[in-house]
Amino acid sequence: MSLLEVNNLQVQFETTDGIVSAVNNVSFSLEEGKILAIVGESGSGKSQTVFAMMGLLDQNGHATGSVKFEDQEILNLSISELNLIRSEKIAIIFQDPMTSLNPYMKVSAQMAEVLIHHKGLSKTDAIKQSISMLDAVQIPDARNLIRMYPHEFSGGMRQRVMIAMSLLCHPKLLIADEPTTALDVTVQAQIMHLLSDIQKEFGTSIILITHDLGVVAGNSDETLVMYGGQVMEIATTELIYASPTHPYTQGLMSAVPRLDDNAVKLKTIQGNPPDAMLDPVGCPFSPRCKFSKDICSTHTPELLETGENKHFRACHVAFKELL
Amino acid sequence: MNHETMMQVENLKVHFDVSSEGDMLWTKRKKLQAVNGVSFELKSGETLGIVGESGCGKSTLARAIISMVPAETGRVLWFGKDLLALNKTEMRKHRKEIQMIFQDPLASLNPRMTIGEIIAEPLKTHYPKTSKADIKARVGDVMNKVGLLENLINRYPHEFSGGQCQRIGIARALILKPKLIICDEPVSALDVSIQAQVINLLMDLQKEMGLTLIFIAHDLSIVKHISTKIMVLYMGNIVELAKSEDIYNHPRHPYTQALISAVPIPDPKIEKNKDLILIEGDLPSPINPPSGCVFRTRCKKAQDICSQEKPELKKAASSHEVACHFND
Repeated sequence: MSLLEVNNLQVQFETTDGIVSAVNNVSFSLEEGKILAIVGESGSGKSQTVFAMMGLLDQNGHATGSVKFEDQEILNLSISELNLIRSEKIAIIFQDPMTSLNPYMKVSAQMAEVLIHHKGLSKTDAIKQSISMLDAVQIPDARNLIRMYPHEFSGGMRQRVMIAMSLLCHPKLLIADEPTTALDVTVQAQIMHLLSDIQKEFGTSIILITHDLGVVAGNSDETLVMYGGQVMEIATTELIYASPTHPYTQGLMSAVPRLDDNAVKLKTIQGNPPDAMLDPVGCPFSPRCKFSKDICSTHTPELLETGENKHFRACHVAFKELL
Repeated sequence: MNHETMMQVENLKVHFDVSSEGDMLWTKRKKLQAVNGVSFELKSGETLGIVGESGCGKSTLARAIISMVPAETGRVLWFGKDLLALNKTEMRKHRKEIQMIFQDPLASLNPRMTIGEIIAEPLKTHYPKTSKADIKARVGDVMNKVGLLENLINRYPHEFSGGQCQRIGIARALILKPKLIICDEPVSALDVSIQAQVINLLMDLQKEMGLTLIFIAHDLSIVKHISTKIMVLYMGNIVELAKSEDIYNHPRHPYTQALISAVPIPDPKIEKNKDLILIEGDLPSPINPPSGCVFRTRCKKAQDICSQEKPELKKAASSHEVACHFND
């Protein structure tokens, strides 16, 4: 049984300029103990997908479809029901650790709050557990550092604090929304290393949202590629890197300069990302796609299994024609 | 292409005064050494990549070269002439030979000017007598070069996407036909697919116009792709300077080695079997840097000598310089 099952998720925002469709018909599932990476460029809807799951959409946004966590529908629950799931079952860490920690509260108070609220612990016990969790994420001298304010930590340390905080209630699913984008590469390597240790130690499933294809390669079991609010391709990470079958995935892979490669010229994807204000008709990638046919601009391709195990793609053009 | 020396930077130092908690009027201000004695040479037609993590001084170094921040000591010889010793009027003559492209494409464009005005502004500033027709022709010409349609000339920056804004920034830098362009993180705000477009454009323009580039970025893969020579900075010091393929194939400094190992490669087979060299801990405080070698607090090879003596940047092989006591 899957831990998480998302079906036909749709997220729309009402703005003064009209309705913006951020996420269209997104479906995927995640098994226990696995790491799923969601990749896509800015505006592809990867963050809004998980925000909708967690009830974190802005006030003008609304989500339809179904999100089942351990067979329980969690989409559009009330705040009090969501609070039973947040942190205890699903926790989330955000891109910018400074803005997601409260600058006026000491780390000890922020962390203890989670345990007091969710587990009903006393303050002393809560702080004791928080310290051991900070130890687990390798913060040196946690006993003393826990009494500091967020601004007294470096970026990498703050992200460790965030990770520790999200793990306090031992959630089954950890959502990491661009956890290393604001960090330097050497710190990024530390944090990703830590996340994979945690996954092994606690058996936590992880949804890793990122735009960095390098980070995805080393740290995920499955990869979901999004573009213009839709799923383009889902497959095991090995498979999607070895033989991407969607024109967008192929373009994305060859547009990244690689440190181990001496290509003289980068391959580019022509054109610009889609405008979310326009009603999505057809495949969102079709205006930039080399293989685009007439049907691509009128009918949205369905996400279909390719025949290989758990490999799905949404494209009207057969894989053979792309070669 | 002739490879004459274009710029020689000698022992450049930049510091900032910082105040800290509890400072009184009479307390001596602390100094933050942002660039600490950097020397290098730039030949025409080259692309020098500068990499390093945030706070290592890469942007300050670039800005000090064109006197956008005052340098404490050092010389910047531009075809033999020391730019730092010039007064404002004299400097102005050389400014048009060195142009800059900035990180945030939208923030570096004035929102109340049309892109035609933005691109023409350097021309009007440096050559006020240019006729209107001439300006229009030059602007149109340079817009074509960077792949912008000429009929967009009267639009405002907010009407463009990030990648297009960066093209406008490049057009503005090119209109004076500079010899050197300093690119300060020109693609880090852009999406992957757009990033590749801008990198290719810069490389094409370089070939076509014989430009020399200083390319600053924190992404080592991009720097390696575009540069002929790479400088690795750590806390305001050059730790390694070499040809780009040498930096990647034979990194000699422990910091460079860790940096390269930390860059993820988009291939699960390589990435999942990689021996990662993790650097422990965080960057030390730049206000109170470690004695001797600045990297020693996080270095696995560190010995007593590293805390006593600052390693000089020495030649380790032909055109490969390293600042480490133990480079072998």
